[in-house]
Amino acid sequence: MQTELLELATEPVVLVPQCHDEEVYEQVYHRPTTLVDSPMHYCPGCAHSLVHKLIMEVVEEMGIQEQTIGVAPVGCSVFAYDYMDIDMQEAAHGRACAVATAIKRLMPDKYVFTYQGDGDLASIGIAETIHAINRGENFLIVFMNNAVYGMTSGQMAPTTLPGMHTTTSPLGRDTSFYGFPLKISELMATLQGSYYVTRQVVNSANGVRRTKKALEKAFKYQELKKGTCLIEIIANCPSNWKMTPVETNRFIDEEMVGTFPVGDVKVPKAGEG
Amino acid sequence: MVEDIRLMKGNEALAEAAILAGCDAYFGYPITPQSEVLEYLAREMPPRGRLVLQAESEVSSINMVYGAAGAGFRAMTSSSSPGISLMQEGISYMAGAELPCLIVNVNRAGPGLGTIQPGQGDYFQSVKGGGHGDYHLLVLAPNSVQEMADHVFLGFDLADKYLNPVLILSDGAIGQMMEKVQFKPYKRPRVDKSWATVGKPPTRMRNFITSLHILPERMEQHNLMLAAKYKEMEITEVRYEEMNTADADYLLVAYGLCARICHKAMDIAREKGLKVGLLRPITLWPFPEQRLNELAGQVKQMLTVELNTGQMVQDVKLAVNGKVPVSYYGRLGGMVPTPEEIVHHLETLTNYHHAN
Repeated sequence: MQTELLELATEPVVLVPQCHDEEVYEQVYHRPTTLVDSPMHYCPGCAHSLVHKLIMEVVEEMGIQEQTIGVAPVGCSVFAYDYMDIDMQEAAHGRACAVATAIKRLMPDKYVFTYQGDGDLASIGIAETIHAINRGENFLIVFMNNAVYGMTSGQMAPTTLPGMHTTTSPLGRDTSFYGFPLKISELMATLQGSYYVTRQVVNSANGVRRTKKALEKAFKYQELKKGTCLIEIIANCPSNWKMTPVETNRFIDEEMVGTFPVGDVKVPKAGEG
Repeated sequence: MVEDIRLMKGNEALAEAAILAGCDAYFGYPITPQSEVLEYLAREMPPRGRLVLQAESEVSSINMVYGAAGAGFRAMTSSSSPGISLMQEGISYMAGAELPCLIVNVNRAGPGLGTIQPGQGDYFQSVKGGGHGDYHLLVLAPNSVQEMADHVFLGFDLADKYLNPVLILSDGAIGQMMEKVQFKPYKRPRVDKSWATVGKPPTRMRNFITSLHILPERMEQHNLMLAAKYKEMEITEVRYEEMNTADADYLLVAYGLCARICHKAMDIAREKGLKVGLLRPITLWPFPEQRLNELAGQVKQMLTVELNTGQMVQDVKLAVNGKVPVSYYGRLGGMVPTPEEIVHHLETLTNYHHAN
C-alpha cells in the first residue's frame, strides 16, 4: 500500500484500499511534483527540506513551474537546484539578489525568488540585499535565519543571539565585541522598495501553515509588481546548535523569537494586497 | 550606400557598438576613465527597450551580468582597473559556470587607487586568471577607436561561441581619445541558448547554472573540459598584426596604446637605417606565441614596450624560449613614452648588441 501511494503520488487520487472494512480513503497529501524525488543532503530535522517543500508546493498549486526561476545561495542550501524542479541559478556567496535582479528585470513576467541563509544575506550579501529591496525589485527573498553558518559547521553569524555559543564565539557572542543580532526584517521594512515583509517559524504545524500562507501571498504579490517581498524564516540547525531536533524547536520558542519576533513586519496598505 | 563614419570617443564607440551588437543588458558602476560607457548606454539603451542598470558596486554589476547571461541574454559590463578587481570573483564564477558575457576594462594606472591616466598594469590580471581557480578569459586589446567598436561585436560572438567571458582590455587613452569610426553591418550568429534559465517547460529537464561540482571526480572532468576549450581557443583564436617583419632585425612587441607609439617609433628607426618590425598582439590571451617563436629565428632582439614594469615581456620570453634576447621598456603611473624615447632605447640596445 505504501509503495503504491508513493508511485501514484504525482497526482491526487482516490484510493480504494483493499481491506475488508467498508471505509474509503481519500488521499489528502502528496509530495509536490515540483520537488525532485531524490534524497536531500540536509541533516536530520533541519528546516531547509521542509521550506524547500513549502515553496515547491506553492509553485505547484499556483501552476507556475514553467514561469518560476530560483536563485540558490552559497551555504547549506547551495544545492537547492538539485531538489527544486525548476530552472535555477547558483549565485556567488551573498550575490543572489544581484543575480535575481537581472533575471527579473529581463523577464518581468516570470516569478523569481532567492533562497538565502543568514551568512549569505545578512553578512556578505547585505549590500546587494539592501539595494535590491531599495530598488523595489519585484522578486521574493526567502531568508533562512538559523543564527549560524551551517555549511561551514557553525560559526557565528550576524544573527547569532547574544551569548550564543558558536565555533567562532566559543565563550558566547559578546555584544561588546561583535555587536548585536541583525534584525533583517525590521531593517528591510524601513526601505520604501519593500512591499511585504514577514517573519515566520516552521517549528510547529501552525508555523508551517502560516509560512506557507506567507509564501503564497508573496508569490501572488509578484504579479502586482509593487516591490520586494521578504520572508524571514527562523530556522533550526540541530547539528551546529548541538541539539536534538525537538530541542531546537524548543530553543526557537524560548530564545530565538525573543530576539526575532514572529509576525508580519510590513504589509501592503489596505486595498493593495 | 553612404558609409556610416562618425567621430567618437573610444568609450562611446564601444557603447554604440554594444547597442548595434544587440546587447540586451548593461550593468555598471561609475569609474574614471570609462564612465562614458554607462552614461551613453543609460541615455541610448532604454528607448530601444534594452536594460541599463547602475548597480551599487562592481561586485553587484558582474553578478547581474551573471544572472542575465544565465537567463540567455546578451549582457555586458565595463569598468576600470579598481572596479575590475572587484569583479574578479564574479568573473571566476562565470568562467566556471560557462556563461558568455563581455567585460571591458579601460585600464588606468595602479596599484590601488593609482591614477586615472592610462596604464597596462592589469595585463597579468587579465591574461593569467585574475580571479581564483584555473581558467582563462579571451582577452582582446584594441588600439584604436575603430577597434573599440569592432571588438565589441567580436567579443560578444566569441563569448557565445565558447560560452566564456570575453575581456576587452583597453586603456584610458584609447577610451578617451576621439577618432573616426565606421560601424559595419553586423549579422549576429545564431547560437544555442537551450541551457538558459527561462522557466522549465514540462518537455525538458530543469536548467541550472552553477560552477559547483562537489565531487572531485566530477570537478576534474569539468576542469579538463574547460582546458580542452582553452586549447581550442589557442588553436583558433590567436589574432595579431604584423608590420615590417619581413626584413626586420629588431622586433617591437606592444599592444593597445603602446602599439600605436611603437608604430611611429618603428618609422623613425627605419629612417635612421634600423630594420625594425612590429608585432601587435590583438588577442592577449590566447597569445601569438607561435608567431613570436618563428620570428625569433629571424630577428636579433625583441623589445616589448608596456605601460607597466614589464608584464607581457614574460610571455614573449616564454614564446621565444631563449632563442633571442628579449627586453622591456616602459613608462609608469599614467606616463606614456614618446616614439623618440623608444627609438633612443632601441639604439642603446642595438649599440650594445653590436658592441658585443
